[in-house]
Amino acid sequence: MRAARRVESSMMSVRLTVTTAARVLSQLRRDPRTLALVLVAPCVLLWLFSEVFAATPAVFQRVAPVMLGVFPFITMFLVTSVAMVRERTSGTLERLLTTPIGKADLVLGYGLAFGALALLQAVLATTVSLGLLGLREPASILVLVLLAVATAVLGSALGLGVSALATTEFQAVQFMPAVVAPQILLCGLFTPTEMMAGWLDALSRAMPLRYAAQGMTELTGAATVPVAVWTNLAVVAAIAVGALVLGAATLRRRTA
Amino acid sequence: MASAISISGLVVRRSGHPVLHGIDLEVAANAVTGLLGPSGSGKTTLLRTVVGLQRSDAGAVQVLGRPVGHARLRSEIGYMTQEPSVYGDLTVAGNLRYHAALHRRGRRAVDDGLDAVGLTALASRTVATLSNGERSRVSLGCALVAGPRLLLLDEPTVGLDPVLRRDLWELFRTLARDGVTLLVSSHVMDEADRCEHLVLLREGRVVATGTPAGLRATTGAATMEQVFLRLVEGAHEEVAQ
Repeated sequence: MRAARRVESSMMSVRLTVTTAARVLSQLRRDPRTLALVLVAPCVLLWLFSEVFAATPAVFQRVAPVMLGVFPFITMFLVTSVAMVRERTSGTLERLLTTPIGKADLVLGYGLAFGALALLQAVLATTVSLGLLGLREPASILVLVLLAVATAVLGSALGLGVSALATTEFQAVQFMPAVVAPQILLCGLFTPTEMMAGWLDALSRAMPLRYAAQGMTELTGAATVPVAVWTNLAVVAAIAVGALVLGAATLRRRTA
Repeated sequence: MASAISISGLVVRRSGHPVLHGIDLEVAANAVTGLLGPSGSGKTTLLRTVVGLQRSDAGAVQVLGRPVGHARLRSEIGYMTQEPSVYGDLTVAGNLRYHAALHRRGRRAVDDGLDAVGLTALASRTVATLSNGERSRVSLGCALVAGPRLLLLDEPTVGLDPVLRRDLWELFRTLARDGVTLLVSSHVMDEADRCEHLVLLREGRVVATGTPAGLRATTGAATMEQVFLRLVEGAHEEVAQ
């Protein structure tokens, strides 16, 4: 009897997670600007990169894989932080916390929806890079997409955390230079991390985007998936899950 | 008379300022109780405390036989906030469907909810394109589709067309007859007569409780506005003596 009830309650939580993901996706579907930012902008930017480096194709071959990690990170950070600030300021979050949905269901629901969007983004950006822009084949397209999705969830998780510190959507966007810009500078996009000064390399090791960028780079250079890629994937996934848990802790049901 | 909500000695401070000073209150089950008082009297804080969003500094609150904030209560309470808390980028029906799903209720509940708040014709409209009054009705609809045992409604009829307002009060009474407890706040005194029980709140204190007829009889006032004035002025005289 008790076991049956426990199964019931865990089933219910899956149901509420999926319900919430469906709600978030239907909000996204009705928001063409966000969809364009997430799905079309990365492809256009990758094409621009390939044009800018048309004379030095080796640079494009080095930069494009890193960009495949940077795009999901930036776009999901932006979309999630703004969406969560909206939930907090419109009172809908507080209202949800008075319904049977648990905080974990809510956060996972968001993660699931943005993860699905990131999957679509990764498939599109990878298709364009490999099919149209002549990026070298990665050791495994599947692992590349997996890494992109994990990086997207990481961006979402950080965006969720930041949304707790912002009271307006404008403030949420202002966290971009603070949280995102240093990671882009130090992830190995502009200078390979092994060529950076020791203290910069150490700093970059503390930033999750480095591991996404490194994984992408090693994946495109190799014939079989190197062990280091799995390590990078594991690091990104672990930080993403940790940040999601911290983010869920910022959803407080009772206020003083 | 069974109580759905029992409050004793409730004190709530918000950012250092006392908002509720020792509230003692019993809210009757299966009835419509009006929570009346001017803006700033603590109505919203009281409702937020009962729904479990507001931490209290002293006192005890029992809701439907459980301590306030109990997880089980979340499936038994429908709460409508004062500002419409709805998703502007979803349709009217989309908002109600999501709240229905959170409470394991289906299409029937959504259709009934839309009908109750008079939004069936606007079901497929995006909420952001609606007027404030319509948005507030969407918010009320979201509370109704929960099919709760206790409905906490924070100024649900503000700014509504009189016909719709009358229909909603009728709906509230029907719900109460069917076994739902309703605690409805309002700062409009003429809505008091639509309630079975009244709680008059002022500056974080309960000024009076009773039936509309009872309060008029004890104060000898004709309108609820006068009842309120006499009770408040009477309280001042007592203090002065």
